[in-house]
Amino acid sequence: MSTTAKNLVNQPYKYGFVTQIESDTIPPGLSEDVVRLIWAKKNEPEFMLDFRLKAYRKWQAMTEPNWAAVKYPPIDYQKIICYSAPKQKKAKLNSLEEVDPTLLETFEKLGIPLSEQKRLSNVAVDAVFDSVSIATTFREKLAKEGVIFCSISEAVHEYPELVQKYLGSVVPTGDNFYAALNSAVFSDGSFVYIPKGVHCPMELSTYFRINNGESGQFERTLIIAEEGSYVSYLEGCTAPMFDTNQLHAAVVELVALDNAEIKYSTVQNWYAGDEKGKGGIYNFVTKRGLCQGVNSKISWTQVETGSAITWKYPSCVLIGDNSVGEFYSVALTNNAQQADTGTKMIHIGKNTRSTIISKGISAGRSENSYRGLVKIGPNAEGARNYSQCDSMLIGDNARANTFPYIQVQNPNGKVEHEASTSKIGEDQLFYLAQRGISAEDAVSMMISGFCKDVFSQLPMEFAVEADRLLSLKLEGSVG
Amino acid sequence: MIIDNSEVILSVRDLTAEIDGNQILKGLTLEIKAGEIHAIMGPNGSGKSTFSKILAGHPAYTVTGGEVIFKGKNLLELEPEERAREGVFLAFQYPVEIPGVSNTDFLRASCNARRKHHGLPELDAFDFEDLIQEKLQIVQMDPSFLSRSVNQGFSGGEKKRNEILQMAILEPKLGILDETDSGLDIDALKIVANGVNQLSNAENAMLVITHYQRLLNYIVPDFIHVMEGGRILTSGTKELALELEARGYDWVKEELAVGV
Ligand SMILES: Nc1ncnc2c1ncn2[C@@H]1O[C@H](COP(=O)(O)OP(=O)(O)OP(=O)(O)O)[C@@H](O)[C@H]1O
Ligand SMILES: [Mg+2]
Repeated sequence: MSTTAKNLVNQPYKYGFVTQIESDTIPPGLSEDVVRLIWAKKNEPEFMLDFRLKAYRKWQAMTEPNWAAVKYPPIDYQKIICYSAPKQKKAKLNSLEEVDPTLLETFEKLGIPLSEQKRLSNVAVDAVFDSVSIATTFREKLAKEGVIFCSISEAVHEYPELVQKYLGSVVPTGDNFYAALNSAVFSDGSFVYIPKGVHCPMELSTYFRINNGESGQFERTLIIAEEGSYVSYLEGCTAPMFDTNQLHAAVVELVALDNAEIKYSTVQNWYAGDEKGKGGIYNFVTKRGLCQGVNSKISWTQVETGSAITWKYPSCVLIGDNSVGEFYSVALTNNAQQADTGTKMIHIGKNTRSTIISKGISAGRSENSYRGLVKIGPNAEGARNYSQCDSMLIGDNARANTFPYIQVQNPNGKVEHEASTSKIGEDQLFYLAQRGISAEDAVSMMISGFCKDVFSQLPMEFAVEADRLLSLKLEGSVG
Repeated sequence: MIIDNSEVILSVRDLTAEIDGNQILKGLTLEIKAGEIHAIMGPNGSGKSTFSKILAGHPAYTVTGGEVIFKGKNLLELEPEERAREGVFLAFQYPVEIPGVSNTDFLRASCNARRKHHGLPELDAFDFEDLIQEKLQIVQMDPSFLSRSVNQGFSGGEKKRNEILQMAILEPKLGILDETDSGLDIDALKIVANGVNQLSNAENAMLVITHYQRLLNYIVPDFIHVMEGGRILTSGTKELALELEARGYDWVKEELAVGV
């Protein structure tokens, strides 16, 4: 193998630092008392206790799903800390100046400046550290348009009717094992409400940071787009490097009413563990969007590069006639990473349309599976789906699988599925090297080309970031 | 053309090399000077492609002995991409397909990698567009090939033309053409040969690997080498090709065996 390729060392994970900060942490374990304790700590209204306890009881009766193509030792849920929050001097912060500077520094170091002067001018950020939201920027500017962007904890207090109406309406408390767990103990996350007819004036984004080595992160995002509104939302995430695995079990619910559009993008870069597969995040996430109104549209775009294990199927339930669901995904696995990811497109309304573009890249000894369901219900007259699932293998030891499930219950429904597998082999690298192009550049050219259809869906700044991220992740994987 | 006292571009001495433990090159010696066109002929499996890939630095081969000096430098010490930037160009016998990467992006990256290496400013998309339009003429290639993925779905002949287009852009010091003529129709053969002739000058050299004398009617070599069993069996001028065409390779072996 060429020495250049060999010499390209794996780029160290540059977000792997731990912030030293005093935190308010509850003892490990999960019980009804723990659920009550979290509820009490958050000083939530009564309806939330019902919600949490109901979920907890359902969870107790459930078992972990085992159908995904991923392997890991059993998780001891009694060892997980369900709530950990950095200690703040004041219970309620009135402005960013009151946030602990250590936390501001942490986010600054992660490339997410929260202070007024340095922010990205067209992106509002909600920063979540372990279990709680630290700060949300541009709130006043958004409020002028009637857009609500705050932590879900605040929303529970300030907009209880909205929360009560929509929380669990897309992903019910007993939907699946991890969703039930999340519903019982979730500590924070983001809340977005776009009023009727409003085109949200800036990108909204949440940045999740796990800091505590023993704590699980259970966050909850709820986005509601009223009639004729539009919002583009982006989430990013990183975590320190620990030898142990941390559980991240999030739930995201989206609701789009008549003629509304939600664009939800994720750049996931949780710590993936070391080359041998030690440590890393278990990313077991439930994301679902409800196209409730006519002509509504929900697009999921995800760039999944991190985590030891990813179990994630952002889905669209297309209820409104003519509604549109989209899923654009790049999932990259390297070393010992495992990903089982894909989507579900459930066509219920007439003339509903969905598009699935999935690009899996597997390097090292990793395993990368696409799993997708397209279901066309009996009343989904004229529904159509187009799916394209491409896999790219780098080296000889990586694996890719495709598991498409198709259920068509309406004779007029149309489902098209295309799949391909390609390989970045030594011959291609040599060909490009012979034209003066280094192995690094060669891989990034080939990967950008492969991912083009997905990256073009990301907001501009993030498309560049995503491109760079993939190249970094693949350094050293050729050769 | 043979020029007195011109610069030695490539000097190969007693080169031996193996792949997966099998020795393929068994003491190959060859010298090429600026301005010259050399042709290598020889039976299938004699090691022609192996030799060309070793010059380009293919990682699968191990050089076990001998030396290769390129413009006064030890070529074997350079990485494949450095050799390319220094001016070694190999038109592959079997160009690979690179899905997802447009031909233009690839050509520009390649052109700029070389320019950067030589301390020249990189070309932006507009300058490069001008350059490429000019070079397209040399191989009479349709601009529509530029927006397609590198070699993907190209016919055999189109791939070969694309190789020469790349050579035209990179303006190498040493152009190695490994059976560029195979798979070309008569017209394409003339176009490609004509392109090579246009690119050949007093400062560079060409090494043309072929099975057919026909190509050498268009690209007229100064020297012809016959390769067999991993070494150069005999060398001669262009008349040798005619003789080979008429009498095959066994004749060379027999003559050498009787010590003529
Ligand atoms: N991995 C390998 N292991 C063993 N032998 C190999 C390997 N790769 C190539 N060879 C052998 O090396 C020899 C030289 O091959 P090469 O491709 O250089 O021949 P060539 O002269 O270019 O032939 P052609 O005229 O058919 O293109 C062949 O006998 C081939 O089978
Ligand atoms: Mg050959």
